Parts: sequence; structure tokens; C-alpha cells
Amino acid sequence: MVQQQAALLKPESLIAEFKKNGVTHIVTIPDSETNYLYELMKEQDWLDVVPSSREGETFAIALGLIVGGKVPVCVIQNTGMMESGDSIRGMAIDAGFPMVMLIGYRGWTRHGVITDSAARYTETFLHAMGINYYLLETDDDATRISVAFEEARANNRPVAVLVGDEYHGFNRM
Amino acid sequence: MFDSADMFRAFQPHRDKAIVLVTGTAGRDWREISDNETRDLTLQGAMGQTNSAALGFALSQPDEKVVLFDSEGSLQMNMGILGTIAGKKPKNFFHFLMDNECYATTGGQPVPNASEINYAGMAREAGYTATFQFDNLEEFTNNIEAIMKEEGPVFVAMKMIPKIENEPIGRRVRKPQRSRAETIKVLQAELGITAA
Repeated sequence: MVQQQAALLKPESLIAEFKKNGVTHIVTIPDSETNYLYELMKEQDWLDVVPSSREGETFAIALGLIVGGKVPVCVIQNTGMMESGDSIRGMAIDAGFPMVMLIGYRGWTRHGVITDSAARYTETFLHAMGINYYLLETDDDATRISVAFEEARANNRPVAVLVGDEYHGFNRM
Repeated sequence: MFDSADMFRAFQPHRDKAIVLVTGTAGRDWREISDNETRDLTLQGAMGQTNSAALGFALSQPDEKVVLFDSEGSLQMNMGILGTIAGKKPKNFFHFLMDNECYATTGGQPVPNASEINYAGMAREAGYTATFQFDNLEEFTNNIEAIMKEEGPVFVAMKMIPKIENEPIGRRVRKPQRSRAETIKVLQAELGITAA
């Protein structure tokens, strides 16, 4: 019998990408997809976590941080991203600064039928807002965060990274 | 209740080098009164989110005093920000609330529970370091110097006389003002901030 190690997305891989891209702040509301990442982010002395009350706040707080010379990432769930429509419009797109958002892709699956409307509308929402996005499923995809940063900085626009799997590892394996 | 222009004139001598942000109809009075436009920052652009953006800027520049003149209509759209601000405890953040009890720019319709809601009480219970409330100019004037020496986050609720606009939008006369992008560019140059 051949044993196969399932491909995983480890939170450590995301932290390494944040550090590589000079991220200083994470503006976030934790969700089930990013829970393990939250614990690890809190442990980094070079990273300041800003917990928010509602997702719409995260894009405005991030704009303030960017204006002040910092490099934030908004870490929220797709449901909260849709709640944030006006904030994304006014504080991310119209402001004309590079901004990367990491979005927990609740309900998404590569296999079978997607039944969760949160997942069904996620990419439709991003298309409507004209925001490009990349999908992370395993550690092999983690470098797409750097791609998102390059694109955001080149175009002074927000770019989304969709997290299509719960994180594995970090105190939980 | 007191006049927002009078309030800004009382605040101005105690501004020192603080970075000032305004929102709402009452905030427009500041543009005529500010004596340091270089340090006036505009981060409006989404409903109820100027306070969030002001927090982000305060966190990015902890050695600069950041003063936000918020409006109660804006705060009611984003009340969770009180907990967010209190949670980060920015010592350099001063959150003034201009409460005229109505949506002045849309004709003066009352905000929910306009006359009974206690914003200073909410800020205090959310965890702000110091909270104040004023309904007359004399008391505000007598206390503003001491308030500006407090450690943040500070919350100051003020009852403002509404300046209601009923003209159709197309007929309203707007004074020219600097764009958000321009205020950002000027302030970044003033503080020596370069894109990260």
C-alpha cells in the first residue's frame, strides 16, 4: 500500500511570505479558515495584529496605515469581504494604493458541488469590483502572495488572495 | 448645543502640531479656521469609515498626535470602531464627536435615538482612557487645554447646532477643497513618509 502525504497549507508558509514582503500590520477578524494563522501571527514580534469589529473597518484602517508608511494586509472571510463593499470601493480601490487582502474562501471546494452561497458569490464579487485574485490551496501556492504584492505595487490597486483550505499544522497536527 | 465654528476656534490654540481629520457637515468649518493646512488630512471616502482610517494613521505614527472630528451619523454606521480603538489603546489618538443629532446634509432627519444616546458613555464602557461631554462652548473652552494633555485614546462628545442643508444637491454651492490625494501627498512630505 502506498501512503501519500496530503498537500497542506501551513500557516508558517504564510508568515514567511508576509515577512518577505515587508508586512508590518495584519488587520483582521478571525474566521475558521484563518484561525491557526491568527495564533501564529500573534507570536511574531515584527508583526502588529489589529483586531477589528467588522470587516468594513479593515480596509479603512489599512488605508490609514499605508498613508503612514506601513504595509498592512487585511485578513478576513469572504462573507465579510462582501459586507465591506463600500469600504473596498472608497478606501481600497479609489484611494489608489497597493493593498493585499487575504480572504478565507468559506464554502469553496475543488471537488463536487459548491453549495455555500458565500463561495458561489466570492469570485463574482471580485469580478464586479475589478479586483484580481489568486488562489491558495497548498504550500506550493504560497508564493502567490508575493505575486499579489508585486501586482498591487505595480498598479496601486488592491489584489486578493483566496485561501481555499483551512490551515494545517502549528500546534494542531 | 454650540456652534461648530466656535468650537474649532476654541480648539485651534491648543492644536500645537497635531494632525487633524474632519468629517460631516460640521467638519467643513475647520477648513476656514485651520492655521496649518499641511497637517490637515482627509481620509473620507466610505460611509462611516473615516474613524477607522484615522485609527490606522494614528497606529502608523505613534509619535504624532492625531485628532479626529467625527460626526454622530458616521459613528452610528461604524459603532464597533469604539471597541477597535479601545482595544489598540493608541496614546496619540483624540476622538472628538460633533453630535448635531441629525443627518444635516440630507435635510436634518434625526439619527436613531438622536437625543437620548450617550456616546461618551459608550466610549467609556468600550475602554477609552478618558471621556468627556459638553453641550456649551464655555465649558468646552475651559477644558480643551487639559483634554489635549490627556493620554489617549480620548473621546470628547459635543452637542453641535445642526447646519441643515435642504437645497437640492445640484444647487448647493461647494467651496473648493483639497482632494484626499492632495492632503495625503502634502502630509507625507511634511512627515517624511515614503511608500513602504
